[in-house]
Amino acid sequence: MSVEHDFLVGFSKSFGLFYLLALSAAVLVYAYWPSNKKRFDSAAQSILRDEDKPWP
Amino acid sequence: MVAQLTRTERQGAILIGLVVAICGFLLGVVGRDDPIAIHGALIFAAGILTIFLIGKDYYAPEPSDERFASYYDDPTKAGIVLAMVWVVFGLAVGDWAAWQLVNPNLTFGSGWSSFGRIRPVHTTAVIFGFGGNGLIATSLYVLQRTSRARLPDQLSPWFVLLGYNLFCVLAVTGYMMGITQSKEYAETEWYADIWLVVVWVVYFLIYLRTLARRKEPHIYVANWYYMAFILVVAMLHIVNNLAVPVSIGHAKSYTLYSGVQDAMIQWWYGHNAVAFFLTAGFLGMMYYFLPMRAGRPIFSYRLSIISFWGITFFYMWAGSHHLHYTALPHWVQTLGMTFSLMLLIPSWASAGNALLTLNGAWDKVRDDATLRFMMVAAVFYGLTTFEGSFMAIRAVNSLSHYTDWTVGHVHAGALGWVAMITFGSIYALVPWVWKCKSMYSAKLVEAHFWLAVAGTLIYVFAMWNSGIIQGLMWRTYSESGTLTYSFVDSLIAMHPYYVARSIGGLLFLIGGCIGAYNIWMTIKLPKPISETTADLPEKVTGGVSPQPAE
Repeated sequence: MSVEHDFLVGFSKSFGLFYLLALSAAVLVYAYWPSNKKRFDSAAQSILRDEDKPWP
Repeated sequence: MVAQLTRTERQGAILIGLVVAICGFLLGVVGRDDPIAIHGALIFAAGILTIFLIGKDYYAPEPSDERFASYYDDPTKAGIVLAMVWVVFGLAVGDWAAWQLVNPNLTFGSGWSSFGRIRPVHTTAVIFGFGGNGLIATSLYVLQRTSRARLPDQLSPWFVLLGYNLFCVLAVTGYMMGITQSKEYAETEWYADIWLVVVWVVYFLIYLRTLARRKEPHIYVANWYYMAFILVVAMLHIVNNLAVPVSIGHAKSYTLYSGVQDAMIQWWYGHNAVAFFLTAGFLGMMYYFLPMRAGRPIFSYRLSIISFWGITFFYMWAGSHHLHYTALPHWVQTLGMTFSLMLLIPSWASAGNALLTLNGAWDKVRDDATLRFMMVAAVFYGLTTFEGSFMAIRAVNSLSHYTDWTVGHVHAGALGWVAMITFGSIYALVPWVWKCKSMYSAKLVEAHFWLAVAGTLIYVFAMWNSGIIQGLMWRTYSESGTLTYSFVDSLIAMHPYYVARSIGGLLFLIGGCIGAYNIWMTIKLPKPISETTADLPEKVTGGVSPQPAE
């Protein structure tokens, strides 16, 4: 069992750290990518349109 | 309701009722020597009732194709009413439990009314009954508006809503009969758990099917939160409830896990239930209803995306902070503690995002109690997540764990954040879906707001004091190295705080009753003759197409 425990600890301390760092970096890059700004701004505005019908 | 279903959907509903009734009948017959038989009878009755309801109007004319020109809000309306029924019931039982801690004799003498049984009735009624119905009701509304698409059919939303409420009824009646698997917030036994899986998968499919038909290319951030809530709750629920029943005719089951693994799975479930049921879902609510009510877009859409992924990445690892100083390996405890601290980033990003959205519209917050509900919710969300990260630190936890501080923390989140954002969203939503200008009484909304704030503050301050005194008394040693206070000493010291907590809870309950009355009176308001299908009726002139029959 000690092998399994050591393996798990090693795995979470190495791979676990790096994949979470990579995911965080990916999200930050996606959120702050300059060309995405227009899309996000229009998404934030989109809910406020004064209409209440499904689009055909 | 039946008139809105197509002929095929009516047949489908009858078939579902039939299958449910047969399952209930079999459960009742096989388990006739066990409390499960009563639940079998209940399930059977629910199935038969469905068949009769559909059968009564089976030959009513089918809905016309005009329905595709409007959103389908009737399940949302029913969900709001059910949520308000559950909140009054759940808060009342909760306050009863609080008074039992002041005076333990406040039972009816029999098992069902003892603290150990009504406490899970309270938690289930408020979290799953009130919170769950609020989430289902608002999510179906938000999903359609943000996708600019109607729900894919009329039957599945009703199946989800009514099926979910059947689950809640099975849960609370079961606890009173002593049916429990003793896992906190997952007390329901195997047959109710299986039923919830079916309901939940259909709920997720409604989301996917509507999104697949969406006309708006971008999926608005609220939907991401709602979907994370549905998907992760399904995952948690299935993994934590893997169990083997004694037999098909017995309510009792045994979990697949044992010892510390069982504890870890349970708190992986438990803390993620807080994360994805009580946080992600209600953040979805906040990201839609707060900008809508304030009439301004969210302060930073980018920040909302970062918060979303932060919450989904980090929360998964935080559960082990519930097991500090236990047999759980030390590094797993440290892992949970670290992730709990990191959670402060996405949590405060969301709380700050909400408050910065309101920045520049404080006059609206001052005048509008509905918006103030949402503002206070964001403040409490920020406070509670800070407190939670702090309490997850092992050294702090050694003082706070097993004391009333935990209870205070949970209620700062549940009353201050979850209930406030839900009440705010419901007060915004009710006039929109019932097509009236405003709530029946703005004064009553105001009264509800102040009762809710006062109740929450009294509750939380009482429990902070009580918890810290309790924790300190438990760890005070005399010069000779023995404990200075006995457990009973600490219990007597708690008494005044328990009285204060019960009064705070009572204020919150009165507020909830006022809210339920106000919503009911709004529903009963006479409607203008030419009803429109528009979102904000005051801005619309003339009737366009009539509402589908209700």
